[in-house]
Formats: sequence, C-alpha cells, structure tokens
Amino acid sequence: MAAQVDGAMAIVTVEGLEALLQAIQARGYRAVGPTLENQAIVYDDIESINDLPRGWTDEQDGGRYRLMRRSDDALFGYSVGPQSWKKFLHAPKLRLWTAERHGENTTVTPEASPNDRLAFIGVRACEIRAIEIQDRVLISDLYVDPHYQALRARALIVAVNCGQAGGVCFCASMQAGPRVKQGFDIALTELLDGGEHVFLVEAGSEEGHALLAPIPHRAASDDEIEAAAAVIERTASSMGREMRSDDLNELLMSNLEHPRWDEVATRCLTCANCTLVCPTCFCTSVEDVSDLAGERAERWRRWDSCFTMDFSYIHGGSVRASAKSRYRQWMTHKLATWIDQFGSSGCVGCGRCIAWCPVGIDITEEVRAIRGCDAAAEEPQ
Amino acid sequence: MERVRPKLAVWKFASCDGCQLSLLDCEDELLEIAGEIEIAHFLEATRASVEGPYDLSLVEGSVTTAHDAERIRDVRRQSRFLMTIGACATAGGIQALRNFADVREYTAIVYARPDYIQTLATSTAIADHVKVDFELRGCPINTRQLVEVISAFLAGRKPQTPPHSVCIECKIAGNLCVMVGHGTPCLGPVTHAGCGALCPSYNRGCYGCYGPMETPNAPSLSAWLSKLGMDYDALKRVYRTFNANADAFRKESERHDQ
Ligand code: SF4
Ligand code: SF4
Ligand code: SF4
Ligand code: SF4
Repeated sequence: MAAQVDGAMAIVTVEGLEALLQAIQARGYRAVGPTLENQAIVYDDIESINDLPRGWTDEQDGGRYRLMRRSDDALFGYSVGPQSWKKFLHAPKLRLWTAERHGENTTVTPEASPNDRLAFIGVRACEIRAIEIQDRVLISDLYVDPHYQALRARALIVAVNCGQAGGVCFCASMQAGPRVKQGFDIALTELLDGGEHVFLVEAGSEEGHALLAPIPHRAASDDEIEAAAAVIERTASSMGREMRSDDLNELLMSNLEHPRWDEVATRCLTCANCTLVCPTCFCTSVEDVSDLAGERAERWRRWDSCFTMDFSYIHGGSVRASAKSRYRQWMTHKLATWIDQFGSSGCVGCGRCIAWCPVGIDITEEVRAIRGCDAAAEEPQ
Repeated sequence: MERVRPKLAVWKFASCDGCQLSLLDCEDELLEIAGEIEIAHFLEATRASVEGPYDLSLVEGSVTTAHDAERIRDVRRQSRFLMTIGACATAGGIQALRNFADVREYTAIVYARPDYIQTLATSTAIADHVKVDFELRGCPINTRQLVEVISAFLAGRKPQTPPHSVCIECKIAGNLCVMVGHGTPCLGPVTHAGCGALCPSYNRGCYGCYGPMETPNAPSLSAWLSKLGMDYDALKRVYRTFNANADAFRKESERHDQ
C-alpha cells in the first residue's frame, strides 16, 4: 500500500515508529531527540526508540523541574525540557575563523560550514514556531548566518502534537501550539487510549513522504482521527499558564515606568538563564583569542544575553546598568519590540524561561502584574 | 636577533601557593611562556632572581601583616602592570574569616606562643592597598584563564574573562541546572564566571570560588536557597568561604549574622 500523501492520515505502531527512526538514520541523518539524562528529558543523540523516555513525564513550575513515572508506556508523554533545538542549530559556542602568521604573511581561514544532516525527533508545535522565528532573524534578511543556514536547510523535522500540557506551558495563548500546523516533514500524534499504542502520522514534505512510504502502516479510521484531535484539544485546554497576548506591544511600551519593573528587579539575579533557554533568543558575542607567541588567533562566537553588562557596553559604560533596565529589555523585546522588528512576537509560550529561572520569575505573572488585573501578583514574593 | 622579552615577577603574600602552582601547572604552555617572557622573579620555581623593575607582576595572596602592607607598596613601585591572581589577592581569601572574628582568639587556639605572632586584625585584598591593573579571580585560578591573560598582556589586548554569572558558562556547557532540576543549592547565579561551571558539570552546586559576579543579587538568591531548605546559619556560611570579604558576599553573610 502506498503511503499517505500530504493531508491524509495513516496509523503506525510502536514497531513502525522504530522502523521510521531506522529509515531516517539509513538515509544519512543524525537523529537527535528526547532522552533521559541526569534526571531530565534532554535532546541528544538517539539510535532507537528505546532511547526515548518511555513511561516518563515531567512536573514543572517556576524554578522547578522534576521527572515522574507515568502509568503508561507513552514515548512522548512530557513537555519541553531544559534546552531547545537551538543548541543544535545556533550553537552555544562556535569558532568563526582562525588566523595564522607565517613570517610576513597572515592567513585567515574561515570555519567551514557544517554539513551535518540533523533529524529532530519529537519537535513540539511551539518549537517549530520558535525555529521559524529564528529563521526570520538569522537567515531571512540582508545578513545570513551561514552556519545556521547550512544546518537548517538539511534538517529533518519529525514533529509531535503534545499529548499533555506542562505546568509552565502557554503556547495556546501565543497561538504557537499545541497543534503542529506547518514546518514539519512528519508529524505524529501519540494515541494511548484506544487499547493499542499507535501513532497517527502525517507527511508534511516530500522527504517526509518518501520516508514514510516504506514503513508498515494502515489508513487511519475516522475514530482515530477524531481521537487525535481530542488529544490536542485536551492539551490546549489544560495549559499550565496563560497570558493575554493580543495587546502586549501597546501594554508594555506604555508602561515602561511601571513600578513592577522595580519590584521584579529585586528578585531578578541578572543571571541570563531565561535568555539562554529561550528557543528564540539569538544574541551572541564574539571573543578574539591569540596564543602566547602571537602566531595564531581565533575568533569565537558564543551565546550572550541582554542580562550581561558587556552586552550594552558602549564606550565608558553599560547603557543598561540596572537590573530593572535589563529585565525590562528582555521582556519588552520578547513580547513587544520583537513585533516591530521581526513582525511577530518573540515568545512562543514554551515556558522554559519560567521553569529554568533559578528564582522562578514568571513572564506571564509579570505581564499580569503590569496589566494590573491581578492584585495578588503585585505583592512581592 | 634576540627580542627583548618582558620581565615577569611572581609575588607571594598570605596564601596557600595554589595559584602560583597553576602557573607551573601550565605544563604545555610553560616553555612557551618562558620563551615569550623572562621569568625574572619566581621563588616558587627558582631561587635565582633578577632585579626589577618588572613589566608584569603576578601577585598571589592577601595582606595580613604590617610587613606585607609595606611590601606590596614596594612591589607596586617596581611593577609596570600589576595583576592579582586568586581569591586571596582579589578578596582576602579564606583567611579573611578573621575579619568576622577576633584574630587574637584564633591565634590563641592555633599557636603555643600567640605572643610571637604579629598579625593584622584583617586579611584584605591587594587592591585595598595599591592600584591593581587587572584581577584574575578564582580559588584557585584556572590555568586556561591564566594563559589567556598572559597571552592578552603580550598581545596588548583585552583578556577574555567575562564577569557575568557562572550560569552562562553552565548553559553554554549544556549542563542541567542542578538548582532547578535537582533542588541542589547553587551560588552560580551570583558568582563570577571563569571555572567553566566546574561543579555544576559534576552535579554539585557552585561554591562561589570566583567571588561575586558583575551585578550580584545575593538577597534574592538567599530567599530562594532558604525555600530549598537552607537555614539561616547555613546562609551565613555559604557566602563565607574563599571570597568571604568580597563586598556582596560579605554583606550577605552579615545580613544573616545577628
Ligand atoms: S520568552 Fe519564555 S516562554 Fe516565551 S519562548 Fe522564550 S523561553 Fe519560551
Ligand atoms: S531578549 Fe535579550 S537576549 Fe533575547 S534576543 Fe532580545 S536582546 Fe537578545
Ligand atoms: S529572570 Fe530569572 S533567569 Fe532571567 S536573569 Fe532574572 S533571575 Fe535569571
Ligand atoms: S546549576 Fe547553578 S550555575 Fe548552573 S545554571 Fe543552575 S544555578 Fe546557574
């Protein structure tokens, strides 16, 4: 039987998913996906579905992440983990070029573009949206990041519709999920309730289609298609967080002197964790290093953040010296000025900045406080 | 034609020698350093000593005696560029715990004849006594950073020793945050980078060896640490280690010291 074409749905079993993962690797992709490591579900190399966190889930809240056992064998029964796919596409640290002195001459060798073919297994709707946002920033304008572009162009995306919302998720508020709508090669919905553990699959590209074709599958019944829709519906209605988002640009930009900025500054550590875990934050800094003999120099790029003093250092000092001004920069950029700059919000509601803030500062709560509709949130914690 | 190599001096004040040893530990680079710099005064390595002035002085240790307070002024006079290395020199070191106590009581416990001991009531950073051109943090300093600052000095460029939080190094290294993921208390958010997030990489919380980061907010971190189960006394002690006398850490421990 031929595989389903775009839009049509098929059912594969757990064994079928394993066959798909093997086919992806046989096609030359390096598969990376969720796996258990150090008491968390992180994205790393996987070879088989046995590497997936079968039967595990997570519990997340401001400044808190814990794993827990599920009562079933779900392979994707958790929400997003500590770091996003950004760590693969927009590397934390990258050498840009090397210069060497040979007597009178100096040679400069740019770092070669990577040619890895990455297959991202288990990408959530908010994460696809985040990748699209980084595409807009890094490769869709006058200046193109060749490293990102090389990896992105070859990357395969196997998406998963979320079967449950995490404690800090609010993708529904940001119109970024939980349903995967575009930007995938293959999309899965895990079905656990019908007595059989299966996946509803859909091809979203020719590559996805070609990969699915030889995998054993059957046509999805109307009941199964309905069951998958119900799973996503249930997820959408059980978001751990919520944030009204239609007026954020005006709200924040007309409240630049709101007292809440001073209050949050008493809690914010200016540690930068929120920006580094955020799947859309793209800021980097370059560092030049040279060796002792002055024969060799290298330029490195590394993740940076608007929470550091160096970030806004302009001759003689930092423009954003106070914690208040730095927190305000982060939040207004994510939720307001990003819209002017790139035509969309810089937030997809993944909740990482909430969970991985060491003191649990919650962007949705900060917005509520500025909106003034939650008197309780006005109280310092 | 032989180039004129800059002259290096290494000085020791009250310290454990660990930071000077870091220089000897630069095994691979040590010969190269010796090729680029004339090691003119370095008693830990050789008794032979060339007279000053020196182009680069590395100063280890804190000032704990009246004699040291004099000697550091002499070192400064002889040094074109003076760089302090390690927590003792940059913050007073672990021996600055005396600043929170009565040093006479300490000497009475430790020495058979405390009256032979001539010491100041405090242990203080070199920068409290003379102008310091650059401070390299850490207890001990990191050899990779030491080679970097010497390379930068030789090239006349800014060294890459960013003053932001350890968290940034931790995230760049791809570690799981032990505070969020395991509930392990960690000083990383208020601590100066430089170690490469060594302890969190081994699933331990940061001990603050590099002292306060550029804009530390210790009171907020303390509030969270107490939620994680640290009691009042533990909060005092957690800031009182190698950088106890660094401003932000001293204030935060004193806040928990009635
Ligand atoms: S701002 Fe926070 S919730 Fe929004 S995308 Fe970034 S990390 Fe996720
Ligand atoms: S919020 Fe800060 S780190 Fe993130 S993209 Fe904006 S300026 Fe960069
Ligand atoms: S909001 Fe949280 S994660 Fe972000 S800089 Fe402040 S303390 Fe760090
Ligand atoms: S483990 Fe410590 S240093 Fe690392 S991110 Fe967490 S709080 Fe920061």
